[in-house]
Amino acid sequence: MIEENVSLPRIHYLNSHYGWKSWLFTTDHKRIGLLYMVSITLMFFLGGFFALLIRLELLTPQADMFTADTYNKFFTLHGVILIFFFLVPSIPATLGNFLIPLMIGAKDVAFPRLNLLSWYIFVIGSLFTLWVVAVGGIDTGWTFYTPYSTTFANTHVIAATLGVFFTGFSSILTGLNFIVTIHKMRAPGLTWFRLPLFIWSLYATSIIQVLATPVLGITMVLIAAERFAKVGIFDPALGGDPVLFQHMFWFYSHPAVYIMILPSLGVVSELISAFTWKRVFGYKFVAVSSLMIAIFSFIVWGHHMYVSSMSIYAGMLFSILSYLVAVPSAVKVFNWTATLYKGSVSYDTPMLYALGFIGLFTIGGLTGLFLASMGLDRHLHDTYFVIAHFHLIMVGGAVMGYFGGLHYWWPKMFGRMYPEWWGRLSALIVFVGFNLSFFPQFIIGYLGMPRRYHVYAPEFQVLNVMSTAGSSILGVGYLLPLVYFIWSLRYGKVASNPWRAKGLEWETTSPPPPENFLEQPIVTEEAYNYPTRPAQPGKQTGKLTGGLNPPASPTATATGTGREAEVV
Amino acid sequence: MMPLTILTTCFNWTAAALRLPLFPEQASANAPNVDALYFFMLAVCGGVSIAIVLLIFYFAVKYRRRTPDQLAEEAHVPVALEWAWIIIPSLFFMSFFGWGAFLYFADAKAPKDALEIACTGRQWMWKFQHPDGQREINMLHIPVGKPVKLVMVSEDVIHSMFVPAFRIHMDVIPKRYTEVWFEATKPGTYHMFCSQYCGTEHANMIGSVVALEPHEYQTWLNGAATGSLALRGEALFNKLACNGCHTGDAEARGPYLPGLYGRNVQLTTGEVIVADENYIRESILKPGVKIAAGYDNIMPGYDGQLTEEQIIELVAYIKHLGKKYEQFEPVAPPTAPAPRPAGQNPDQTLPTGNVKPSMTPGTSPPATTAPAGAVPTPPPASEGTRPKPN
Ligand code: HEM
Ligand SMILES: [Cu+2]
Repeated sequence: MIEENVSLPRIHYLNSHYGWKSWLFTTDHKRIGLLYMVSITLMFFLGGFFALLIRLELLTPQADMFTADTYNKFFTLHGVILIFFFLVPSIPATLGNFLIPLMIGAKDVAFPRLNLLSWYIFVIGSLFTLWVVAVGGIDTGWTFYTPYSTTFANTHVIAATLGVFFTGFSSILTGLNFIVTIHKMRAPGLTWFRLPLFIWSLYATSIIQVLATPVLGITMVLIAAERFAKVGIFDPALGGDPVLFQHMFWFYSHPAVYIMILPSLGVVSELISAFTWKRVFGYKFVAVSSLMIAIFSFIVWGHHMYVSSMSIYAGMLFSILSYLVAVPSAVKVFNWTATLYKGSVSYDTPMLYALGFIGLFTIGGLTGLFLASMGLDRHLHDTYFVIAHFHLIMVGGAVMGYFGGLHYWWPKMFGRMYPEWWGRLSALIVFVGFNLSFFPQFIIGYLGMPRRYHVYAPEFQVLNVMSTAGSSILGVGYLLPLVYFIWSLRYGKVASNPWRAKGLEWETTSPPPPENFLEQPIVTEEAYNYPTRPAQPGKQTGKLTGGLNPPASPTATATGTGREAEVV
Repeated sequence: MMPLTILTTCFNWTAAALRLPLFPEQASANAPNVDALYFFMLAVCGGVSIAIVLLIFYFAVKYRRRTPDQLAEEAHVPVALEWAWIIIPSLFFMSFFGWGAFLYFADAKAPKDALEIACTGRQWMWKFQHPDGQREINMLHIPVGKPVKLVMVSEDVIHSMFVPAFRIHMDVIPKRYTEVWFEATKPGTYHMFCSQYCGTEHANMIGSVVALEPHEYQTWLNGAATGSLALRGEALFNKLACNGCHTGDAEARGPYLPGLYGRNVQLTTGEVIVADENYIRESILKPGVKIAAGYDNIMPGYDGQLTEEQIIELVAYIKHLGKKYEQFEPVAPPTAPAPRPAGQNPDQTLPTGNVKPSMTPGTSPPATTAPAGAVPTPPPASEGTRPKPN
């Protein structure tokens, strides 16, 4: 639905300053969010390009496009770029940066200059990695397993690991900034259990970023040191332990998968609430479960190592803990479903993305249960089943959430709407393409096709062809939004709060003024306090005023009871 | 296993109808167990996903916004329902955990009578050595109906042994033995993959497992015999002069080795450990790391001087010291007769060159006459006969 008679505010963060310097030296969290958005979009399409090349090679069982060496470099770059330079920063660095202060009623994040520094570090890290691509690539896989990476690979391992090391600092600084911001800068009256669920999930994510990323940094430095100076840490030829590397790597990388998915869970909670005009069912559980997931995520890394000669008893412990961490995730799905119950459900683009997310996240999560079972993982480990599982969760889940969030907050960021019909079409194409790409891979995996093969046994071909067909469809689904989003910046219909959603971020103008709120907002109610009608149909008790008309001035609604829905 | 058979059959029919492979062959004793768990989880998880999708569709249609101003209705979901959807999934999760752990646990240790085959992974091939010394590359011949245990080590990076038809999988790690075992249930040729990324030709580090009927396996063995692993290990043991210290004498400077494998060993630190393959391997390469109580740290380390295959032979020799005589009877006589130990109890002596190939397992071998010069040592009270290599 599009609002009538709205106009853009005269001054907003986009037009308040001019020139490239005003962007590159900005300390405005909104502008930094956009800087991130531009950089990670570039990385997304670069990594996606490699994905298409990989899938094209796998169309036939023989190697007919690339040599083994080239293929290995492609899948490594695909993984390194998309994981470290897209999935990890995606939602926190773009939507998080843009929205945290707006959603908690603050002027900016706690350390604006640190925020800008994080972006520069991120850019340097990415350029470093792009340089590695240009000068010949790296072929270790994004997991950098030793002793292959320390002793045997003759590609640019040191440079690539340093690139990842750099970017890690960006992640840590962003997390630190968010934690302090959420603790210290909430508007008066905004207690913890009035916070939007998106803030809760980013808070949990930040904890992981701050605590886990240093371990990755250390591991990367140790690899570089071992390659460079031949210290014996991981290479058994030098007296090291190759399995130690896996422990250190997964101690970061398992929690890291939750860095990628938790923010998405938060976005989806926002979307489900905004498009049912209802409080998320079991708000407190959903909020606290993000924290529980974050904490549990630190103690399940061993489920990546059931067949690495780890002791059976350690394996059993990791297995049972993996199932424990799955409980809060499962319950979130039930809570979202229950939120639809008796809601006023509308199907705008963001909602379609959110529903698609639930589908992919459910399948991805349930297949995780297969892998967490020691008896089954002994067959499934390192096969295409694993590939399908984590793509559903991370690329399906995290990217659906990211796209849903972008569509939802686009009018907030730019004050204009994208064409709704095209938006829905893209959501549909992504969903179909996704399932066609990855569902066959579960079967290929159970049949026994190992991952990271550029040639394979002929009996796997039919399913591989299906998967490649799906990924081309998926590619189109991802490109569409790029086109219409850019189009909308100029030609999109002006909008302020087209969803009539609640939340502090919608209380100010779209796009927001440079200082977010002209007057300090005061919060008197919990998030998602939408009015409802009583159980018997027909009679409406409340009227949704929210953003039906754009606020004449942000002050009008930014004061105390102004946020209260007018209950008749 | 009735339901499982039905499900498997359904899967295979669907696969045939769609002309799609959906399900790998079941060719080991372990495979039906793994598949049973797979189908159980598939049924539960499939059921849950379908239920959720249907519910979402139902709500989505029933509660769609009909007028632009329609508000959500007041809804009440009973607390009991919330508890139910926490507890019921948790119970299912625990059943997945329990079943999976049980499967893994039950199959973690190979049966005692398993046929032991040594496996070395290296970029980019699989090398196998059968107990009687037959070697092969990227091909593994095994008998059907007999447990086979692979004792594996890598010469370079980490590899992973994966035979989908057997549903087994184990990493192959440099300088550390790992093992995996299986019992093939039907003759055939099956894929063997390396599933841990190991460099450029990773995708070509593949091979075949050829499961043969036992008599065919025997025929194959006879065709490829080259002298037993333990025998080659013994020759090496002597060549490297290990026998200079590990003499078995009362004043020997090194510990007594027969019967060592699988026994508890007390270390100088007071710690007691089990002498498994990895301990033996470490003691050869880096003897100073774990010193057996009562001995000085004087043994030279052989790290870097032996190939993985030579280490396998030495370990095989030490493992076989003190084993029952008939278990390592070679199929073909070794080329050069090795120095032979002597003792009153033939059951505890070493395999040597003069063992008759015609001797059948199970029969007690005739007492051999010690060659001139060999000094028979009386058996110590607890440890039986000490072999005395010269
Ligand atoms: C919430 C979202 C989840 C995310 C983002 C996620 C992500 C991932 C990723 C990235 C990998 C592959 C890493 C690699 O080997 O390259 C992976 C593997 C794995 N996941 Fe998940 N996962 C999620 C949920 C779950 C759940 C709920 C479980 C279990 C209850 C689970 C169990 C596993 C296991 C056991 C593996 C290792 C499989 C193997 O290497 O053999 N995951 N996951
Ligand atoms: Cu390999």
